[in-house]
Amino acid sequence: MESIGVLMVCPMNSYLEHELEKRFNLFRFWTVPEKSAFLATNKNSIRAVVGNSSAGADAELIEVLPKLEIVASFSVGLDKIDLAKCKEKGIRVTNTPDVLTDDVADLAIGLMLAVLRKLCESDRYVRSGKWKKGDYRLTTKFTGKKVGIIGLGRIGMAVAKRAEAFSCPISYYSRTEKPEIKYKYYPGVVELAANCDILVVACSLTEETLHIINREVIDALGPKGVLINVGRGPHVDEPELVSALVERRLGGAGLDVFEHEPEVPEELFGLDNVVLLPHVGSGTVETRQAMADLVIGNLEAHFLNRPLLTPVV
Amino acid sequence: MAPENPSHPSENDLPYVLILKPPPSFVIFGDRFFNSTKFRFLKAYESPLPLAHFLLAHAQSVQAILSSGGAPVTADTIRLMPLLRLVVTTSQGLNHIDLSECRRRGIVVASAGTIYSADCADSVVALLIDVLRKVSAADRFVKQGLWSSQGEYPLGSKLGGKRVGIVGLGSIGSEVAKRLEAFGCSISYNSRKKKPFCSYPFYLNVRELAANCDALIICCALTDETHHLINKEVLSALGKDGVIVNIARGPIMDEKELVRCLVEGEIRGAGLDVFEHEPDVPNELFALDNVVMSPHNAVFTWESFEDLRKLVVGNLEAFFSNEPLLTPVGLDDQPHFSG
Repeated sequence: MESIGVLMVCPMNSYLEHELEKRFNLFRFWTVPEKSAFLATNKNSIRAVVGNSSAGADAELIEVLPKLEIVASFSVGLDKIDLAKCKEKGIRVTNTPDVLTDDVADLAIGLMLAVLRKLCESDRYVRSGKWKKGDYRLTTKFTGKKVGIIGLGRIGMAVAKRAEAFSCPISYYSRTEKPEIKYKYYPGVVELAANCDILVVACSLTEETLHIINREVIDALGPKGVLINVGRGPHVDEPELVSALVERRLGGAGLDVFEHEPEVPEELFGLDNVVLLPHVGSGTVETRQAMADLVIGNLEAHFLNRPLLTPVV
Repeated sequence: MAPENPSHPSENDLPYVLILKPPPSFVIFGDRFFNSTKFRFLKAYESPLPLAHFLLAHAQSVQAILSSGGAPVTADTIRLMPLLRLVVTTSQGLNHIDLSECRRRGIVVASAGTIYSADCADSVVALLIDVLRKVSAADRFVKQGLWSSQGEYPLGSKLGGKRVGIVGLGSIGSEVAKRLEAFGCSISYNSRKKKPFCSYPFYLNVRELAANCDALIICCALTDETHHLINKEVLSALGKDGVIVNIARGPIMDEKELVRCLVEGEIRGAGLDVFEHEPDVPNELFALDNVVMSPHNAVFTWESFEDLRKLVVGNLEAFFSNEPLLTPVGLDDQPHFSG
């Protein structure tokens, strides 16, 4: 299979690069100075694209790769892949579901705890020597707080299961109500936001969910409410969120994703009710290895004419 | 002068409750926080007299003390109060009260019961996730503007599947176990005695528990037996990939040894809410990204303080009405702490 061209669109994992190189002819797109020239030269040997949450395969890229057979994403999110175009051209698409569910859910709870209990601020307080002058102020209890989840898929359910262990009443919004689920359903995000203390974004990014967190939702969540985003940056109208936090119209936020990563609005840097993470939802040694193994497994299966492990298209 | 109504005694007839030093709630909310129509406070700290003189002059008929962690109730204090019958404490720990002397005198101790267990357990989980997933360190990274310039943040370690060893499976330890099980952790524990009806694997000694877990959580009381319980041997058994979380009492850990292990990379990391000499924290820890520190505030939430207010007032009112206390401590069951 060493002659099969695999185009990796951005750096994502050195173990994955190493393993792909052993099996295929790996092209590292980010190291190419003249991308159009490169594509023109190599288009006939590239049969696979490997993308992630930052970059995938849009219509433009798909069009210039006539031999493209499969797009394997090093992520569970598919928002960087033109799925319609792939379907149209019979191109297979795979992602990395399940292996990262626990890590993302763990981080969502970690963010809730860090925001409500001001853990990062407490750590800053100790490191700065301020503890010698007096105690840090009171924070907000997490146990028992109402958690509202947008998107009750694998990650949403995993967040719910963990929050239940803290006696948090769970409610949710999703495209359709799930009658077998015992959690309270709200038919709209604004209503969900008005009836919970902590709102978690755990749905996929699509045209419908773009800016699902807008001014109205933020207002409904209110000055005691906390927003947690472990989905995608564009789920949130970021300028609206920033002004709500700066003006204290929203109680707090824990954000792992942003509209224009790695750019993060600087107005958030000085706020003590905000925790900001550099898109590390699946960022553990164990999970990234499992994700890489899935990408490799899917590509091998495809080129050996075996069933794909985690196909989407 | 109209005769006094016996069911509405004047202020001056109310029984006294002695306070040696202002508890944290007074500092935060003011000294009317535990006010009641059934008792009043005698504030030793407002007097210029040395404590012994104060007690001899003013506390000879006082029956109750409201204590907090920073205001120990020593044998000396107890001996200067011949009518003392009750000590109510605002703290979770009892190590600042001479329980032997209380037992000898038949003095009842009323604790904080389980009001803090949820907040403590939440703090454990918060610290553990933070250490494994580098939450505070990554928050610093982003807020210093380093994400754009330095790119990818180093990977953390998955919480799911980790073996968690709990030292002290009381109310707090049990709440920790319940929470971490939901994250896919397996639980084992060490306690003074094995708990009947508990299915978690029990280890008779802490070193063995440490050798068989990935995250060691300290949830036990500080007593003579548990002083420096977490020592070089235990930390070595925990090993290079192990994490330790302490929300109990600083002196349960050999702090010098812990610092050495962290600095030399002999354990993976630590989440610490308590230290041997608070508020002093070993400077070496400030340079480490794999340590998360909080200023002994695991129970410092608005909600816990309101629960505390109700509990303290409830216990004191019950005492002065000759009703059963809400949270009496069984002194026969308590290990000794000589302080």
